[in-house]
Amino acid sequence: MDESTQEITTATRRDFIEKLGSTVFAGLVLGGVKLAAKGTEAASSGAVPMPASPFKIADHADQDVLIRMQAELERAMKKAPKERRWGMVIDTRKCIGCHSCTVGCVMENKLPPGVVYRPVIDEERGEYPNVARTFTPRPCMHCEDPGCTPVCPVQATYKRADGIVVVDYEVCIGCRYCLTACPYQARTFDFGEHWTENAAKGADGAFALASGRAYQNPPNFEYGKHYERRGDESPIGNARKCTFCTHRLDEGMLPMCVSTCVGRATFFGDLNDPKSLVSELAGAANASVLKPEAGTHPKVFYLS
Amino acid sequence: MNRNAKILWAIWILLALLGGIGLIERLVLGHRLAAYSSYVPWGMWVSAYIFFIGLSAGAFLLSSLVYVFGVHKLERIAKLALFVAATTLIMSLVTIWFDLGHMWRAYEVITRPQFHSMMAWMIWLYSAYFALLLGELYYALRRDVQKLSPADVQEDDRKLKRLATIGIPLAIAFHGGVGALFGTVSARPFWHSPIYPIMFLVGALLSGGALVTFIVSQFWQERDAAWLDLLQFLSKIVLAFLLFDLLLEWAEFSIPLWYGVGPEASLVKFVLFGPFWYVYWVIHILLGVVIPVYLLVKKSDAKSIGLASALVAVTFFAIRLNLVIPGLVTPELKGLEHAYVDPIGNHLSYHYLPSFFEWQILMGVVALGIAIFHLGRRYLPLVPNSASHEVSK
Repeated sequence: MDESTQEITTATRRDFIEKLGSTVFAGLVLGGVKLAAKGTEAASSGAVPMPASPFKIADHADQDVLIRMQAELERAMKKAPKERRWGMVIDTRKCIGCHSCTVGCVMENKLPPGVVYRPVIDEERGEYPNVARTFTPRPCMHCEDPGCTPVCPVQATYKRADGIVVVDYEVCIGCRYCLTACPYQARTFDFGEHWTENAAKGADGAFALASGRAYQNPPNFEYGKHYERRGDESPIGNARKCTFCTHRLDEGMLPMCVSTCVGRATFFGDLNDPKSLVSELAGAANASVLKPEAGTHPKVFYLS
Repeated sequence: MNRNAKILWAIWILLALLGGIGLIERLVLGHRLAAYSSYVPWGMWVSAYIFFIGLSAGAFLLSSLVYVFGVHKLERIAKLALFVAATTLIMSLVTIWFDLGHMWRAYEVITRPQFHSMMAWMIWLYSAYFALLLGELYYALRRDVQKLSPADVQEDDRKLKRLATIGIPLAIAFHGGVGALFGTVSARPFWHSPIYPIMFLVGALLSGGALVTFIVSQFWQERDAAWLDLLQFLSKIVLAFLLFDLLLEWAEFSIPLWYGVGPEASLVKFVLFGPFWYVYWVIHILLGVVIPVYLLVKKSDAKSIGLASALVAVTFFAIRLNLVIPGLVTPELKGLEHAYVDPIGNHLSYHYLPSFFEWQILMGVVALGIAIFHLGRRYLPLVPNSASHEVSK
């Protein structure tokens, strides 16, 4: 794929999101009719390509880490999946504990209550007045030798060619063996809860509930599919985990937690690309992994 | 109907009713009423599952003593033990079925198994075991239902011996496999121990043996000297396994606890001195070890043996709870317990106490087990009367 078509795809995706956004908004006014179905149509009918933007990311590679990572991402996506090795680097010295990554992830993946892919561990150490505070965001480590995948009795969870550990929601039987086998507890179970439960009482209750549902009910885009959480359908009853936002990567976008990090403390890219930012950072002397003794060889590194 | 029978019926109806409500809640609301969480992902149902399946393996191995090794003393209980094994296996499978997030996908473990997974092994092995159990029951029981020629009976006995011989390694493999299911998880220091498969087998023989002993003490027709002799023989088996299980438990707890340092030490301390200390000390040690050992050693009347074996069989559930849950109650990363919470269902918690809904399902499963056993006792020739044929050598 050459650069201009890449940009067109990105533009189409942006266009699609805008359309979906306006449909959601229209749905709010019209009382929420068939929002998801409209969005799906826009995606599958292949909307009219927008003219390429004059802004070329490659021209600004030296300006901002986000722009550099974006260019590196586009470069990596041109390779065959098995030649990529996605990794993440988190600079704990820059992390201010704002939880933007957690919230961004919840929004992007429309995570229900009780399901979390990237909590931030906020730890106070020492005794007053000798105290220190550290923040440790904890996404899935997308281990080279994951403990969670070999325990699955039905091959529902596995490591993809590009190193991302995924769950096939259509297959997972919900036995939760993988939850016990992850040394980082990076998997959570979808118990079928909804944010709108027991919420929005009082005079504006009905309106607030409608707005809440307008956010909650449209599908998410995990794995590039459309998952509406209804009844006992997947992903309800499944093990769920961070996907490094595979659906965004496919569209040439960085994972949501990287985009929303206000301190530019989270880096993402191809560890197989020696010129990438993550390769540089992961190779630094101050880079380490959580619980190396677990022997799973995580691909998320921490700078401290 | 006498007064005792009325009370038992009332209890059964209550269990079945609460279980039925629980079943409807499970089908309508899924797992939402359960207290297990994403951080303590396995709770009472998984504990009950390994408890019931242990009873099954134990009862089965006891029956094999007759069919394979020709232990004469136990001949008369062989069919009963087989039927108990089948009943408790059904109970365990129903329990674990309700525990699945997607109950209707359970068939996938057969259609698309991953044989790295200890769980897949376990399921395949106990599926084979279930088929074998039904086959053995068929050949053990049909002589009492149909008119068979002596040659046919002999042929059935040969088949029984063959099936039971295959059954022994199968039962050892599948229940050892249940232990290995936990033992192989290196992420959980409390479980990650090579002693688990062995402990599960000893525990199965103990709990299954005790259950069969209790049933023989209660549901036998002729309470003669031979019956008391049989009970006393069974009680010695129970006592031996009780003491052996205690020895293994000493190994399991004393090694990590000795210096008091390390993640396992704190988990063993949680079991012994944590908020649920009474599950270990009162239910397991007092009711499950001290009183039964006293009754079995000091007294040898039928009533004491019945009570002791009932105590051993029931309190073994406490051992199973103390195996599954403590393995899960500490955060794998310190601070994770405060990092993100679930305000709606509290399913990101490290504090686990079974909810009433979980008890309801368990009550329903127990009611189901009692019903199957009752029907079997009534309509199948499980317990020999004077006219019935005995298993030939």
